[in-house]
Amino acid sequence: MAAVSLTSGVKQAGRLFALFLDVVRLAFKRPFQAREFIEQAWFLASVTILPTALVAIPFGAVIALQLGTVTRQLGAQSFTGAASVLAVIREASPIVCALLIAGAGGSAICADLGSRKIRDEIDAMEVLGISPVQRLVVPRVLACMLVSAALNGLVSVVGVAGGYFFNVILQGGTPGAYLASFSALAQLPDLYAGELKAVIFGLIAAVVASHKGLNAGGGPKGVGDAVNQSVVITFLLLFFVNFVLTAVYFQVVPPKGS
Amino acid sequence: MGVEVVVEGLTKSFGKQTIWGDVTLTLPPGEISVMLGPSGTGKSVFLKTLVGLLKPDAGSIFIKDVNLAKCSEHQLYETRKLFGVLFQDGALFGSMNLFDNIAFPLREHTRKGESEIKQIVSEKLEMVGLTGTEKKLPGEISGGMRKRAGLARALVLNPEIILFDEPDSGLDPVRVAYLNQLIVDLNAQTDSTFLIVTHDIGTARTVPDNLGLLFRRELVMFGPREVLLTSEEAVVKQFLNGRREGPIGMSEEKDAAQVAAELAAMTDDEPPAPGTGPKGASGTGVPPQLLPSPGLPERKAAGRRQERVMQMLHTLPEKAQVAVRAALDEEHAQYESAHPQASVS
Repeated sequence: MAAVSLTSGVKQAGRLFALFLDVVRLAFKRPFQAREFIEQAWFLASVTILPTALVAIPFGAVIALQLGTVTRQLGAQSFTGAASVLAVIREASPIVCALLIAGAGGSAICADLGSRKIRDEIDAMEVLGISPVQRLVVPRVLACMLVSAALNGLVSVVGVAGGYFFNVILQGGTPGAYLASFSALAQLPDLYAGELKAVIFGLIAAVVASHKGLNAGGGPKGVGDAVNQSVVITFLLLFFVNFVLTAVYFQVVPPKGS
Repeated sequence: MGVEVVVEGLTKSFGKQTIWGDVTLTLPPGEISVMLGPSGTGKSVFLKTLVGLLKPDAGSIFIKDVNLAKCSEHQLYETRKLFGVLFQDGALFGSMNLFDNIAFPLREHTRKGESEIKQIVSEKLEMVGLTGTEKKLPGEISGGMRKRAGLARALVLNPEIILFDEPDSGLDPVRVAYLNQLIVDLNAQTDSTFLIVTHDIGTARTVPDNLGLLFRRELVMFGPREVLLTSEEAVVKQFLNGRREGPIGMSEEKDAAQVAAELAAMTDDEPPAPGTGPKGASGTGVPPQLLPSPGLPERKAAGRRQERVMQMLHTLPEKAQVAVRAALDEEHAQYESAHPQASVS
């Protein structure tokens, strides 16, 4: 039994990677499905923007509250702003982005493709000589990457603003010190790295969701199962990839002052 | 003229479970063939394998010298342009209206202008009797209409092979009759190769030139309709008569002893009385085939088939030979009554 589940796990991973390669290959094949891309980007943005903003505010606030206490204990109040920006831009915003893009965007993609699959629409498209990967998956993956990058920016802004609000208004911090220390620890590559992470998360979430959706089977319940699995697998992958990227980042870009 | 499809030794399994093995048959060009089989014998899987949606484990499918089981992806996509497939529920794209659905293959594969596309689409819609529904979404129309719209989409690239996955499922008997007539009419107009997967015996008796039966993980029989309709083979007989006694059980096949007992209990091997068989399974012998509607050309495949069957006549079972000759005599009689002068000279 263990051997069977192991080989099927390896097979799944292999098929997932094969789909990824197909997406990369077909992304450069004309004609590009511009209309589908724009529609999907709009759709993904509309299902993720509000939840992302609503998650980002308390997330920024929690970081600000934690840091506010710790910095006071250490006597480093002037660095509250610096630490809060660092935490939000480096880690918090890609993670929030990953959660939302997998939970809201990926599940929507998976449900959409899965329901098309069980209605034979995907098969019909293939029989008509049109590759569903090129026609449906590539625009979704690209749209997901774009929206994810944009969401990362949104979370960064909302998170920092939320941190500012809680630190300055509720904890009685000094606005000047908070703003002035912004660039004390954080640096521009932090922002680039955060955006890169977000783009990669968007890519992974969309490919996993598409893979699960295109392989859904067994009627409506199959689609539900596929959505469930796609969200779980995406979460696992994203947190692991986030760890790897962070580890690499610290090797490539040395922290300020060292 | 349609394309010949040659299937040799085709085997498909999911995991350890063999769906069917060693299926060998030839779909003669331009003729209508029906594949029968109890539920769950992999008829739809067969159809999907035929268009390359599923890869067979062994065997080959030759279409115009391309082996679909082994060819490259590029060749597969090219060969698929010869196919039109009608899926069970039509498989229309839910986000597009009927016009866009039917225009979809034209927009993707041809450089035709919008006005030309519009003309072709309305022509196909008229063919299936759906004029005036262009703006409707698939969710807003009935199952029968979805099926016909799916057929219009399958026809739009003038395919040379058309596959039907249970065209009768979910339709009332009147609509099935119309659809069957439509299939025969289309065959007369396009002369494409047709394969219908179904378990409607009424359709199987009157529409096709050739019949096949899948059961117990193999192709039991495939050949001219007369052969199966007069066959003494227990499975074929049971299926065509829609009765409980025989090798086919409710969920799985029965064991041999029970089958023998049941068949022995049926002292007089009578077919069901007219009107008692389910799913059109009543009547005996070889009923006349459906003809194209008046005003349409004759089916070219019918002539070719007659020649083919006459050549293989001596290899057929006795009863089938009698049926073929009877059909021929009938045709002669009809011809002579329609053309009295011709018989004089």
